[in-house]
Order: sequence, then C-alpha cells, then structure tokens
Amino acid sequence: MQYLNAFWVGGLICAIAQVLIDKTKMTPARILVSFVVAGVILGGLGIYDKIADFAGAGATVPIIGFGNTLAKGVMKGINEKGFIGIFTGGTAAAAGGIAASIFFGLLMAIIFKPKQK
Amino acid sequence: MNYSKQEYSDYSNKKSPDSPLLKDVLFAFLIGGAICTIGQGVSDVYEVIFRLDSESVKTATSITMVFLGALLTGLNVYHKIAKYAGAGTIVPITGFANAITSPAMEFRREGWILGLAAKMFVVAGPVIVYGISASIVLGLFYYLVQVL
Repeated sequence: MQYLNAFWVGGLICAIAQVLIDKTKMTPARILVSFVVAGVILGGLGIYDKIADFAGAGATVPIIGFGNTLAKGVMKGINEKGFIGIFTGGTAAAAGGIAASIFFGLLMAIIFKPKQK
Repeated sequence: MNYSKQEYSDYSNKKSPDSPLLKDVLFAFLIGGAICTIGQGVSDVYEVIFRLDSESVKTATSITMVFLGALLTGLNVYHKIAKYAGAGTIVPITGFANAITSPAMEFRREGWILGLAAKMFVVAGPVIVYGISASIVLGLFYYLVQVL
C-alpha cells in the first residue's frame, strides 16, 4: 500500500510540474526553485509531514521534500539551540543531500566523458 | 535547458504534434511515480535491514537517490529517460543530482575551477540560495513566535 501511495503521489507532484512547464514555459530551474520554496512553506505550516506520512517516498523524493527537510531542520535547530538555529538548522538537516550531490557530481565528471552532441 | 524559450517551443511542437500536454503529463506521472517507488524501496531497505532511525533513513535515501541520479547521468542514461519523462525526471531529487552532474561533466573541458566546479551550480545554486534563504525567513518567524 505504501508503494502504491508513493507511486501516485510522487507521480502527481511530477505531473503538476509538467503542466506548469507546458502551460507556462517555466524552465526546469524555475520549477526546482519554486518547488523547494513551496516545500519550505508547506513544511513550516506542518502540512507536508502529513502528506509524507501518507505517501512516504512519494513525498520525500520530490524536491518539495528537500524544502520540507530545510523547514523542519530550522525549527528543530531553534528548539535545540535557540537563535543560532535559525542559521544552522536548515542547512544541517539538508547537509547529506547537498554534500552527496556535490561530491557525486564531481566524481562522475572525473570518471565519465560527456557524449558528443 | 540550453534552448531559448522560442527554440524550445518550436522543438517541442515539432516533436509532439498530437496532444503533447496529455502525453507529457502521463509520462511525467508514470516515470516520476516510478522513481518515487524506487525511493520507497531504498527507504525500506535502510529501515528494515539496516534498522536506521527515521531521520537517518530519509537522509540515507536522499544520498542513495542522488548517487543513482548522478551515476545515470554519467552513464548518459538519465537524459534519455528525461526526453520522455520531462518533469518526471526533473522534480525528484535524482533530477537535482542530474542538474549538478550534467553541467559538471560538460564544462570540465573549460577547467576544474571555473569550468566544472563553478558551472555545476548553474541550476543547483539557485535552488540552494532560495531554499536556504526561505528556511532562514521561516526560522526568523518561528523564533519570534516562540520568544513573544
């Protein structure tokens, strides 16, 4: 059941983005930025966790989940460390994904050559 | 990503004359859904087999999906899927990894510093800039609400 929910909720989030791309000609970069900021807002309001409880990876794998991670991280950071958490909480929670993206991106660029276009 | 808006719309009109919206959305749904389902499988492996706590499960899943996205980009597979999937490959975190790896590979020939390392952030940079800034604004509100 969790797999079915992950499939259709994740698919639906991507389908919404596709409609935006086709209808508004939003570039992929704008989609990613908008979805991350939307994730921060939905996370701050406590809405996104409810979707994630239902859909699992269907909610956490899309980039909105990255925004949600930032939002929850900043609130947790403030609860634990006070004012400094405003600056450390979000990035600390998202550190794994950011660091992995940078390192694996570098690694693949060292290993593989781009195909001629 | 390298097309201007007009070029892209010309290109997509040429490539998909019959009801492109429905077809695009369907592919985005199916492939985006499939990537999330794989993510669910990865997440269950970390939870059930490695017995990580729920926060570590999410981080480990993200790192694994990022690795897969970067690897498939390196193998030149990701952009082939993306041709059909559109947003289905952009929106999942694998698409974020693709957005970093793809320019890193392409601009390596322009040097290690200002080529590969600088250009890898052409799409990821804005995501990080606005994502982190939004979280700090949220944090300020949250802190004020707590203090007052």
